[in-house]
Amino acid sequence: MQKTLRRYFPLFLLPTLLAFTVAFLIPFILGVYLSFTEFTTVTDAAWVGFSNYIKVFTANQDFLNALWFTIRFTVVSVVSVNLFAFLLALLLTRKIHGTNLFRTIFFMPNLLGGIVLGYIWQLMINGVLMYWGVDITFSAKYGFWGLVILMNWQMVGYMMVIYIAGLQNIPEDLSEAAAIDGASRWQELTRITIPMVMPSITICTFLTLTNSFKLFDQNLALTAGAPGRETAMLALDIYHTFYGRVGYEGIGQAKAVLFFLMVAAVAGLQLWLTRRKEVDA
Amino acid sequence: MNHPAKRKLTGLLIFVILILLAILFLLPILIVLMNSFKGQFFISSAPFAFPTFSEAPGQPMTFAGLANYLNGLQKTGFLSAFGYSLFITLASVGLILLCCSMAAWYLTRVRNAAVSAIYYLFVFSMIVPFQMVMFTMSKIANLLRLDNPVGIVLIYLGFGAGLSVFLFCGFLRGLPLEIEEAAMIDGCSPIQAFFLVVFPILRPTAITVAILNTMWIWNDYLLPYLVIGNKYKTIPIAVQYLQGGYGSRDMGALMAMLVLAILPIVVFYLTSQKYIIKGVAAGAVKG
Repeated sequence: MQKTLRRYFPLFLLPTLLAFTVAFLIPFILGVYLSFTEFTTVTDAAWVGFSNYIKVFTANQDFLNALWFTIRFTVVSVVSVNLFAFLLALLLTRKIHGTNLFRTIFFMPNLLGGIVLGYIWQLMINGVLMYWGVDITFSAKYGFWGLVILMNWQMVGYMMVIYIAGLQNIPEDLSEAAAIDGASRWQELTRITIPMVMPSITICTFLTLTNSFKLFDQNLALTAGAPGRETAMLALDIYHTFYGRVGYEGIGQAKAVLFFLMVAAVAGLQLWLTRRKEVDA
Repeated sequence: MNHPAKRKLTGLLIFVILILLAILFLLPILIVLMNSFKGQFFISSAPFAFPTFSEAPGQPMTFAGLANYLNGLQKTGFLSAFGYSLFITLASVGLILLCCSMAAWYLTRVRNAAVSAIYYLFVFSMIVPFQMVMFTMSKIANLLRLDNPVGIVLIYLGFGAGLSVFLFCGFLRGLPLEIEEAAMIDGCSPIQAFFLVVFPILRPTAITVAILNTMWIWNDYLLPYLVIGNKYKTIPIAVQYLQGGYGSRDMGALMAMLVLAILPIVVFYLTSQKYIIKGVAAGAVKG
């Protein structure tokens, strides 16, 4: 079968491979190369070595500010989204009327696009801040918490669905046995429920982690970095560097490579953690 | 208090909490909907006030009927944006389903070093953030004349291939070879074996792949903005377009366009929510 199938390479694999090469592979390799050059269009690139990478940190503070903002935002969102999602999942796996309806409602914001989400919350947050005579662009603090609220609204329902699946997989005799042995609710939660949903916790942590770290559309629509560039996260800062002014394309590409390396490190960590757990089990 | 009564009471308490939370979750959308019927100057100044239907002394009527909708449709060209979004999403998802399932079958059934190298390249592409390739990719798309609603479909195939091939391969690895081999021994060509035997079995994974890609492509902003944005607007581009460009922005039109952008998603969600929730969860667990 292998031999016959191999002759069908042009039909089965080639179309996807061609599109993949044009849309991803060549741009990726070219992107790594261009980060070591100075250019405004792709054809006028001149080799400059690591100079772009040095300028990322020395030309201005934008990248480091964006990195710090992104890290703080990511930590706060990962913790809050997972906490709320897990609590909701606990509530919705008890035998109550209308759990399906609630699940439908909580999950819905996840389907909306980042641009739409950003403008919905801009209206809401500005509406509340109005009572203090300010708006979301007044201080980076407002933009930060605005993004956290938006992220929670968007992601909690999604993570909740994964936690519900994890909770429903716990065999019922485990909690029955715990009840017979006289375990309290708290003991049941910490000794049985949480250890049993550990795989879901890992998945959800990394999903919220990468989604928060790579956030762009929501950031652009909600604050666009205002005030100044104080609330610009990494992805938005890279976009500003590329398209904000001419002459910074090389630095923008170097920032993009650094951004990629950070995301890859997170993904590598996830892979390592899941692999290690599979060996233990 | 005896036990059943206590349990009933906590059940009721949880129910009330959930109702309040559900209202809180729906509130932002309802407020946008409400504001879309108010005159554009009465939105930012009082976003939480209901529209008023008559003039009172010193207080103008804030209800604007469908004015915002008509205004917004005209300013953004929303109807054509809807058409482009629909065409690009359907064509891309269709092409991804067809090409990536075929590619995945080839990748799992033919075993050699080149094939596994290609597979790992697809997997690798999943972890690369879009900003890494956005500049070079939009330049190449421009160079190859892919900067139109048909060409962008090929970009989506290439960019969506990573996750889709990965999900299809994961499913195909667990599939026993006997069925396809029997079909080939009985005289099926690989094309027949794939479309008549393998493709129907792929259905559950195909639904997951279709839903994940639909949600991504329909809502995607930066990729279409960079590739086709100066000539063609998709819905997210049309919404973002209201933000800048010409002086002060029209809040009324923005609210109306938000409602029109949300509406198709809600309809899609309510008609196939069972598949959507299942598909998204399955994609997350495998990805």
